[in-house]
Amino acid sequence: MILVTWEAAYRLIGWESWKFPSLFQTVESFYSGFVHGQLLDAIYNSLRRLFIAFAISLSIGMVLGLMFAKFKAVDDTIGFLVIALQTVPSIAWLPFAIIWFGFNDVSVIFITALGATWTMSIATRTGIKNIPPIYLRAAQTLGTGNGWRMFTQILIPGAFPHLMTGVRVSWAFAWRALVAGELIANGAGLGQLLQDGRGLGDTALMLNVVIIIAVLGTLSDHFCFKKLEDRLLVRYGLESNSKS
Amino acid sequence: MGFNTMIVIDHVSKQFQQRDGNRFKAIDDVSITIKEGEFVSLLGPSGCGKSTILNLIAGFDRQYEGTIGVNGESIKTPGPDRVVVFQEHGLFPWLTVLENVAFGLKQQGVGKKERLERAREQIRYVHLGKFADRYPHELSGGMKQRAAIARALIMNPKILLMDEPFAALDEQTRLVLHKELEDIWMRTGKTILFITHNIREAVMLSDRVLVMSTRPGTIKKEFTVQAARPRDSADPLIHHVERSVMDCLADEMEKVIKEEMDDDNYSFKKNDFHNRDISDMGGGI
Repeated sequence: MILVTWEAAYRLIGWESWKFPSLFQTVESFYSGFVHGQLLDAIYNSLRRLFIAFAISLSIGMVLGLMFAKFKAVDDTIGFLVIALQTVPSIAWLPFAIIWFGFNDVSVIFITALGATWTMSIATRTGIKNIPPIYLRAAQTLGTGNGWRMFTQILIPGAFPHLMTGVRVSWAFAWRALVAGELIANGAGLGQLLQDGRGLGDTALMLNVVIIIAVLGTLSDHFCFKKLEDRLLVRYGLESNSKS
Repeated sequence: MGFNTMIVIDHVSKQFQQRDGNRFKAIDDVSITIKEGEFVSLLGPSGCGKSTILNLIAGFDRQYEGTIGVNGESIKTPGPDRVVVFQEHGLFPWLTVLENVAFGLKQQGVGKKERLERAREQIRYVHLGKFADRYPHELSGGMKQRAAIARALIMNPKILLMDEPFAALDEQTRLVLHKELEDIWMRTGKTILFITHNIREAVMLSDRVLVMSTRPGTIKKEFTVQAARPRDSADPLIHHVERSVMDCLADEMEKVIKEEMDDDNYSFKKNDFHNRDISDMGGGI
């Protein structure tokens, strides 16, 4: 329905294709993009950066969050700073990143990771602080102690519902920062492809990239995180699995 | 049953800092000695500091005056030699019953195969065999509490600290669990410190009942229950002790109620039924 309206509107209004592509142009460009490997290449490069940045931000974010939850002094100082930093769109750091690292992968990965790290650390902090104290006590009385075993066996699983939400939101933030970063800094990727499309006046290519970004984002969120989260919530007894 | 002392609480006091800055005495100069293999209840109205005492023995709270010794040693950290069973079971929701019960063994570095085997056995022991692979939220309240007891017993602790473990259960389930706990106690000879506000529960289960008074919490009186095991709820001796405990607690309740209702004339204890004209059966003729 949307597709028909799109093609009809294109013909009736008579847009020129350098402003907005027709359905057929888009499909054709999509096809040739895949055949020539241009699109796949870009997707691969973007995802690679995304995963590196994401892994970095998850680890740093979780360590930070743990410190916020455990040490009040850290929470009052750095914790406050992080909340302030979280309100800054990570793309705002790109000029700094370019000065520090140059026009390359590192800059893009840096700002992508930055966007996700703050969110993740705050989610971790909330998650750990919301673990009912009885679980901590029960673990201690069974001999868990207060160190590493407490962290891996109680704090992480106990905070998991919050961590999951943190991961989802961080993922969305990382995506945004990634595309924005690629638009400006160099390196083959979806953002760069958008930029190329603009340079060549190839609106069909640009639209394809936008569609790919939306589809990848939705797919990853819906089929990866959402499914995982729902299953966890059922397992934790926070949501019933039978539809009433 | 040995005659060694297991828990010694010697002139222990504990204060809390209140929000308005005043210090609030939760327990004051409490001394308790519990022998090995003894089943002792701490009984008192809510807020009398009975859970505070348990938390001190468990090692959750280390700021107090006086000395506490467990098996001849002072307490440093919480540990599996005196496992706590909580009112709200405290099972980890992300683990199955089996994994929950095996949790303590995992902390001790027992291999996976062995710990799961031993956990299964322990779960059968508390009659939960069919539910070993369920998650805690899939169990009823009584089953959760059984699983929590299994999780404590598998550590083979010398002492079980039970903090109102059956308070959230319905009466029927509670009666069943009383029987099971007594059975476990008779078979294993554990030292049990049992916190409750239920008079009947305390008298039915314990060798000794320590009645606490409130604000500040002190041990008011001690009752020894010498009824035969396994206990029979119809045993007249049980009823007799229950009655005496009730009388002892009545003073306490009156104190609490007066404080909470802010009414000095209210009396819980005084039953003036026989003194009223309307119920005069002709005794004055």
